[in-house]
Parts: sequence; structure tokens; C-alpha cells
Amino acid sequence: MTIMTKLAGSCCTAAMFSLAATSLSAADLEFYFPVGVNAPAVETIQALTDEWAAQNPQHSVKAVYAGNYEETTTKALTAANAGQPPQVAVLLSIDLFTLIEEDVIVAISDIANTPEDKEWIDGFYDGFMKDAEFEGKTYAIPFQRSTPVYYYNKDAFRAAGLDPETPPKTWDEMIEMGKKLTIKDDNGNVTQWGTRIPTLGLGGAWLFGGLVVSKGDVLTTETGIEARIDTPATKASLEFLLDLSKEGVMAPGGISWGDTPKAFLEGQTASMWTSTGNLAFVEENATFDWGVGFLPGGDGPGAPIGGGNFYIFQDTTDEEREAALDFIKFMTSPANAAKWSIATGYVAPRPDAWETPEMKAYAERLPQALVALDQLDYAEREFATFQRAKVTQYLVDAIESVVTGNAEPAAALKAAQEGADDVLDDYK
Amino acid sequence: MNKRLPFGLAMIMLVAPCLLLVAFTHYPALRALLNSFWNNASSRRPSKFVGVENYQTLLEDDRLVQVMLNSTFYALGTIPLAIGLAIGMALLVNAKLPGTSLMRLSFFMPTMLPMIAVANIWLFFYAPGIGLASQILGLFGLPPINFLGSTETSLISMMFVAVWKEAGLFMIFYLAALQAVPENLKDAARLEGAGPVRIFFNIVLPLLRPTTIFVAVNALINAFRLVDHVIVMTRGGPNNSSALLLYYIYEVTFSQRDFAYGATLTVLMVCLLGVLAAVQYWVLNRKAHYQ
Repeated sequence: MTIMTKLAGSCCTAAMFSLAATSLSAADLEFYFPVGVNAPAVETIQALTDEWAAQNPQHSVKAVYAGNYEETTTKALTAANAGQPPQVAVLLSIDLFTLIEEDVIVAISDIANTPEDKEWIDGFYDGFMKDAEFEGKTYAIPFQRSTPVYYYNKDAFRAAGLDPETPPKTWDEMIEMGKKLTIKDDNGNVTQWGTRIPTLGLGGAWLFGGLVVSKGDVLTTETGIEARIDTPATKASLEFLLDLSKEGVMAPGGISWGDTPKAFLEGQTASMWTSTGNLAFVEENATFDWGVGFLPGGDGPGAPIGGGNFYIFQDTTDEEREAALDFIKFMTSPANAAKWSIATGYVAPRPDAWETPEMKAYAERLPQALVALDQLDYAEREFATFQRAKVTQYLVDAIESVVTGNAEPAAALKAAQEGADDVLDDYK
Repeated sequence: MNKRLPFGLAMIMLVAPCLLLVAFTHYPALRALLNSFWNNASSRRPSKFVGVENYQTLLEDDRLVQVMLNSTFYALGTIPLAIGLAIGMALLVNAKLPGTSLMRLSFFMPTMLPMIAVANIWLFFYAPGIGLASQILGLFGLPPINFLGSTETSLISMMFVAVWKEAGLFMIFYLAALQAVPENLKDAARLEGAGPVRIFFNIVLPLLRPTTIFVAVNALINAFRLVDHVIVMTRGGPNNSSALLLYYIYEVTFSQRDFAYGATLTVLMVCLLGVLAAVQYWVLNRKAHYQ
């Protein structure tokens, strides 16, 4: 028995050696990536990709900027269905279930199966691995991950007589401080709102997830077949959004994701909820003193985790998979993860990246960057199920219909839950 | 002179365009029709024939009702407005006023810009608080309007962009038609004592009718065909208030990846456009032949 096991073990080792040997042979990689932030992301990705290619002259890699997240996923899936997938791509972490259902990706834990590889996978923050795993396998490697944080204008806080070093921590404080921060002109029109939480579209749904987490619940679970849209936590969260505008702290009606950083920089709002992916953009353009805090919570801190992961596609040769894995390891290595994080504001996904001298200097210069990292302990996965786009749309419709005053929270959430259950029942 | 085309060459020249037509128009349409009778298969759900189930979904789809209402309102709103504006602009640049060529250029400019660029420009105009529209309202002491973020204004905001973009193109057609209106007809009318308004309504406008029908057909097609600005500006929101039929098809098919239902919606759209085209040809044949 033991001999057999040993034999099998050595066979495996031999197989692995041969794999290692074949990994030296050439592979031509195509790498799709999206850009979802206001940052020089394309240049940084291209520079990193070129560096990997220079270090691995036996391989070649073509980095393809494929638009925003949604467009990149569509392109990658279309290419995969046509039998010409990219070998490796950065796609939304919440696309995991879609990619599994379409049967186009391979589990990275099946390729990266040496002890060193396992150690490497274990080296990522647990919070970022939650939505990279399914049925016991690791399908994705965190790369451009973010959480939303509370950005605030310290000068506006000072002008309102508030302490610029203590941003609000709870929903009640947000309303209370927001009232002081709201400024009106002689005509009674608001020139500076207290806060701004985007409520429209997918960005709105993402932030809504944070509200729900802070009330001690989650919107979806790791099974991919459960949507918890109609719960006390979601109802409280929607009512809080309504309260913000009822109390005159936030502009009434739907609030768009895209305009929000601009509104903050122009002084139209004293604070905003948006992704850490905007840190670099705000740092570059803010003409005032600004700070970052945890998202104020209902019962405690809470935030959603978002962003993109590396996936390796099926319909690839062993050599290509090995090369793709090596490429991913290179891109997420401490030095490169630090470079990427500094260029964009994304949260470097590994503790060892934060130990690099570049990252330490960055954290010293921009301590705001550390807030998202600390908030990670209170963060939960973003809304993700099978048929994600369809199911999320029910949630988006519910939020939008309530904030635009076309429906009551309870009724809207009930309808959304029914719609979502209808879709997900197929999978149970 | 009338040399007969060799049969082989004729066939080759026929086959090439026919192949393109079949490959990019007939086959996809047929395929959409077939797909609409199947479910949306994936690795976890085997493919199966579902008959008219997708069409039942279609009949019970609340979002589709909203989308159809939006599309109807959008078409009825943008087409007359774009045509009216185009005639007005054409009359203006056709008059012998100073700076005509500059006016022509500026009226035609929006047409030359790609829709995506136009949408991004208007995204900035509409931004509440910081955008141009809010700043103009602010000059008069009015509160900013959340154009794209409220269900009452989002579709109208989309229509405004479409009219702004399209009127310039239609103006060119009207300009050409206006310049073809015979001067002697107008002179005769003037001799009879008709004023400029009377001349316009009794002489110019009737002569513009073929152009109007042509422009109306184009405008109608564009009302269903152009959704780039919806994708860029609102993604159909808030709460589906600015979703148009083609955008809905795009979203169902490529974002939700429900190819079966997307195919069903496509069949609906093809039928709808077919009926509209038939009606228009009928009108065209009856009304446009008197010249």
C-alpha cells in the first residue's frame, strides 16, 4: 500500500517535473482586462505585462483592453463560446457563477497544486478569497479588489464646526452631521449636500450591499442560489436611504455612480460613498483637505467587497495554463501588487505587498489607503448568484423605484424577491 | 452595345450579394426565430424545446410593457420634433442671411459626432449641480433638476439628445429639397398677393412632402436602432424609465445572457419593424408619386 502510494507520489512528482519542463516551452497568451476606475490603469497594466514578457522571452503575451467590466466579460464569453478564449482575463469577482455555468474557466487550484502554490494561494486576504471559491475549489486570484469607503471634505467639516478627524460612524450620526454640512443659498437651493450615496444601477446595488452588511445580514451566500432581497436588513437599508433625502441631507431622486467623484471634487457634496478605486483620482484633483473613513453603519461597520479577479480559461493547452499561472503570480507578486495599488487605489490583495518599502511609503503619504484595508474585516462578498445579471436587475429595480419615489420599500423588495426566486428556483 | 452578360459571370455577381444578405440578414433572423422556441441552455441546464413558453414569458413581462411604452413615446416624441426642427433650420440657412455657412456647419455638427461622444457630452450637461443645465437654472435661481436620476425626466432627456443629434442630418435633406423648389411658383404666388406664410404652407410644404416621408422613415428606423446614448447615460434606468426596445434586447441577450428570450424579443422587434415598414411603403406609394 505504502509502496503504491509512494510510487503514485513519485509519479506525480515526475509528472510535475515534466510539467515544469514543458512550461519552458513557448505559450502565446492573450490577456483581457477591463478598466473600472478613473486612473491610468491601462498604462500600468501594459508596463507590467511588458515586464513579464521581457522576463519570459520564451512566451509572448498580448494585453487587450476590453472596455469596462461588463464589456470585458461579454467579450471573453463570446470569444470562449467561439472557441478562441483569452487564456487569462481579469473579470468581475461576481461573474464567478456565470463563468462556471458557461463552463469556460478552469479551477486555478487544479493547476496550482504544489505545496508552494497552495501557500501562495493562502497568502491572499481571506476577505478577497470568499468569492473566488466554489464547491471547495479556488477559481480565481484576487487582483483589482476594492471596497467602498466614506470620503469626506475636512474643510467642509471645519466650516460646519465638526471635528475633521472624526467622520460619522453610524447612520444616525450621518444624518445629524449631514444636516450641519448641508448649505443653502439665498434662494433656498442647496449648494452643498451633506452626503452622496449613489443609488442607481449596479454601483447603487453594490453600496446597498454594504448597508445590508452593517445591519448584520448578507444579500447572497456562497451557494450562488440564494438571494436575500426581502429581509428586515434590506428594508431598514432602503428606509435609511429615503431618510437621508427626507431629512434634507442628500439630494432626492436617483444618484448616479459616475457623477459622484466629480460632485465631491466640485464641493457639491461634503462627503460621498465610492470605491477606493477612486483614491488616486481624488488625491490628484482635490483642492481641499480630505479624509476617508469606514462606511457609517446601521448596527456596526459593514461594507461590500468588489472588483476583479484573474481567471484562467478552458480550451487552453497545459503550457498555456502554466504560463498563465506564472503570469498571474507575477502580476500579484508583492512588488507588482504594490505598484498596481499605488497607481489606482485598489487594495493590494496580499499582506506581503503591504510590507514592501514602496507600499509603506505610500501608506505614509496617503494614510487614507489603509482605511479600506482595515475595513476588510467587516466586509462581505458582493451580490453574486447564478444568472447574476438577471437576478441583480430585480434588486436594482427595487432600489431605483424606491429612491425615485415610485414604490414603497416593502412592496418593492417583495416583488424583487419573487422575481429573483423565480430565476433561482431552476438551480435548487 | 447591349452585350449579353455571360451566364456564369452573372451568377457570380448575384451570388456575392445574396450570400451576404443570407449570412447577415436572413440566417440570423431565421436562427432567432428557431432559438425563440428553445430554452436558454448552459452546462447546468440541458437544452430543451420549450415551444411557445418564451412567448408566454413575453406576454407576462412587466418590464417589456414599460419598454414598449417608452419606445412608443420616444418615437412619437422625437420624430415630429426632429422633422419640425429640421425644416426650421433648413429655412433659416436657406434664407440669404449673413453667416449662413457658419450656421449650416453648426447645425450639422452634432450629426458628425459619434453618438457615444454626444452621450458623454450630454452626460456632463445633465449632471445635477455641476452640469451646464444646472448652472443655467442656477442663474435664474432655480433648483437643479436631476435629469437622468428621476423617472419623470430620464426618457425626455434621452429624446432631447436624439433630436439634437438627428435634426442636423434631416436639415441637409430639407435644404436640398428647398433649393429644388422652383422660384417661378413662388413668384407667381407673390404676384397673386400671397404672404411668406401662405407661400410656405401652400407651396413649399407640399413640395417637401416626398422628403418628409423619406426623413420620417429614417427617423423611425433610428428611433429603434440608436440606443448608444441610453447605454452610456442611463443604462435604461432609473427603474427602466429610459429603457428602449433594442436596449432591452441588448441587456437580456448580452448582459443577462438569456439568448432564448433575447431571440424572442428580437422576433418581436423584427415583426414590429416589418409592419411599420409595410405601412410606410404603402403611404409612400400612395403619396409620393405626384412630382
